[in-house]
Amino acid sequence: MTFEQIIFYLFAGVLVIAAAGMVTVRNPIYAALCLILSFFTSAALWLLLEAEFLGIVLVLVYVGAVMVLFLFVIMMLDLNLDLLKEGFARYLPVGLLVAAVVAVEMILVLQSGPFGATQPAAPAPANNTEALGEILYTDYVYPFEIAAVILVVAIIAAIVLTLRRRPDARKQDISQQVQVRREDRVRLVKMKAERSGKEA
Amino acid sequence: MVNIAIATPEIFLLCTICLILLIDLFLKEDCRMVTYLLSQVALLATALLVYSRLGGEKITGLNDMYVRDDLGSVLKISILLLAAGVFVYARKYLKDKNLWKSEFFLLALFAVLGMMVMASANSLLVIYLGLELLALSMYTLVAFNRDDGRSSEAAMKYFVLGAIASGLLLYGFSILYGLSGRLDIAGVAAYVSGQQVMTNLPLLFALVFVVAGIAFKFGAVPFHMWVPDVYQGAPTAVTMFLGSVPKVAALAMLLRVLAESVGLANPAWAQMLLVFGLLSVFLGNLIAIAQFNLKRMFAYSTIAHMGFILLGALSGSTEGYSAALFYTITYAMTAAGGFAILVLLGKEGFEAETLDDIKGLNERNPWYAFIMMLLLFSMAGIPPTVGFYAKLSIIQAVMQAGYLWPAVFMVVMSVIGAFYYLRAIKMMYFDKPDNSDPINAELDFNVLISVNGVLMVVLGIFPSALMGICSAAMVASHL
Repeated sequence: MTFEQIIFYLFAGVLVIAAAGMVTVRNPIYAALCLILSFFTSAALWLLLEAEFLGIVLVLVYVGAVMVLFLFVIMMLDLNLDLLKEGFARYLPVGLLVAAVVAVEMILVLQSGPFGATQPAAPAPANNTEALGEILYTDYVYPFEIAAVILVVAIIAAIVLTLRRRPDARKQDISQQVQVRREDRVRLVKMKAERSGKEA
Repeated sequence: MVNIAIATPEIFLLCTICLILLIDLFLKEDCRMVTYLLSQVALLATALLVYSRLGGEKITGLNDMYVRDDLGSVLKISILLLAAGVFVYARKYLKDKNLWKSEFFLLALFAVLGMMVMASANSLLVIYLGLELLALSMYTLVAFNRDDGRSSEAAMKYFVLGAIASGLLLYGFSILYGLSGRLDIAGVAAYVSGQQVMTNLPLLFALVFVVAGIAFKFGAVPFHMWVPDVYQGAPTAVTMFLGSVPKVAALAMLLRVLAESVGLANPAWAQMLLVFGLLSVFLGNLIAIAQFNLKRMFAYSTIAHMGFILLGALSGSTEGYSAALFYTITYAMTAAGGFAILVLLGKEGFEAETLDDIKGLNERNPWYAFIMMLLLFSMAGIPPTVGFYAKLSIIQAVMQAGYLWPAVFMVVMSVIGAFYYLRAIKMMYFDKPDNSDPINAELDFNVLISVNGVLMVVLGIFPSALMGICSAAMVASHL
């Protein structure tokens, strides 16, 4: 076993354990942390495949942005997770059975041959990012643009489904704040001076 | 070869959508009509652009990602015109239900763009992206009435199941890619032509996932569970859109993936389509009988109709494909009309969705009742409406492909299915109405629904024009 293989099995093992943990642990924060761990290990696997750009992006985007958002959501929302997990044990046997059958079938099929790569993989270009950028904006410009449109739809969808204009919301109106005059805020009250202390 | 101009209709539509999005920001709440009109102009202008490119050789561009052929153009024109019609119908509903927001039209336009991308995709990757664009817009539209629990529930179901379907499809594509090393349709076809299909286990394995993913999008049995819930839960205007236009896109996906790329593997996928199709025709028609909610009834009837389309496509012949295309286009028109009548019967704060609501429609408004009768006749497949001819041509194609017993079964199930359509017609004509409020609609709605109803008969008597277009498109695309 070469050194590379040892590293591969190490990361792959951690990845599988982390992924399983993500689904099974009770505490949602731990689940999110497990997910982060699995992202990290799969990023490492990508590095092993000489796809360093994808590996770095996975860490930057998913761990850096998406998972932080996830953690925020988990902490902000008062989710009753026990309720959500209620069916887990009940459906587990059926799920395991189906998963096992599918896995066996897939192993049987995929063993049967034609996936053995006959030609060695082309050597990865020295600069991954540059190579990706080059084909992304030339050969794959059409799918790339469609993906961009999908993101626009996601933005519109998120706004449509969540934006609520609340009439009672208190907003800052900067121009009003700047234009405010002393008379608007300060009221001078003339009062008679009170005699202090004598009669009381 | 990069030839960006080839995708002019899509680019035009995208630019117009972005423009509408920006203009809409500056419009006041009561000027939504402007957004609506702009959306209609966008659809019709795009249809015109596609039409001007009709005819001529099949050419590819954008690095073989995009194909322009007559099949794609016919599909796109029908998608655009159907969407324009649905917009006209939807207006009354949206105003009644206080959903009169510009986002409905914008999201629907994005969905249309996704469907156009699918219709002229020349690569499995592009098909998948187009499908996702369509699906994401549809999920949002289903949840559009966000204060309604049923709407959100339907959207959630649709989203989860749709995501699974996309996963299945993508997995199938990935195996196809792993086998052939190509993503473009011609490349996959070239790989399949050199294989012994029935003994190539990995290829069959990939086909299972691809066919399952496609059947899911069609809503064919056994992947039909989402259809009734989504149809019932979504706002009627969205159900009308969902129940008509995306069916054309689903057929586009079937033709591009199954017929064009793995067309030579027909013996393998035809068996799967046969099972899905027969089960859909069987279950759809039987369960529809037990439905009292009209939207659910239409949902099960859709399942049965989708079964017919799959059965038409399984023959793998030009006749079969053109029959399936004819069936899809005419069914989409019929379904849009049927839901339009439901929209018509609803009013502010009241949603017409049960069979009770169409009781005595003839007394309330004989013309609408007559149109609804034509639409239901067409769905049932009773001559001289177009549904009859569509079913006939599908059954002919199935018989020519040598499937005698499936053809007989389809006829029997159609006869059984006629029961629930005729029951609805009986309720319209012979029952007393529960309420006798007059039914009002605006002029454009009235004109369109009348044209829609009359087309059912006209196309039924003179089907050759549309059928000619369908088969010419298939021949031009070498299917």
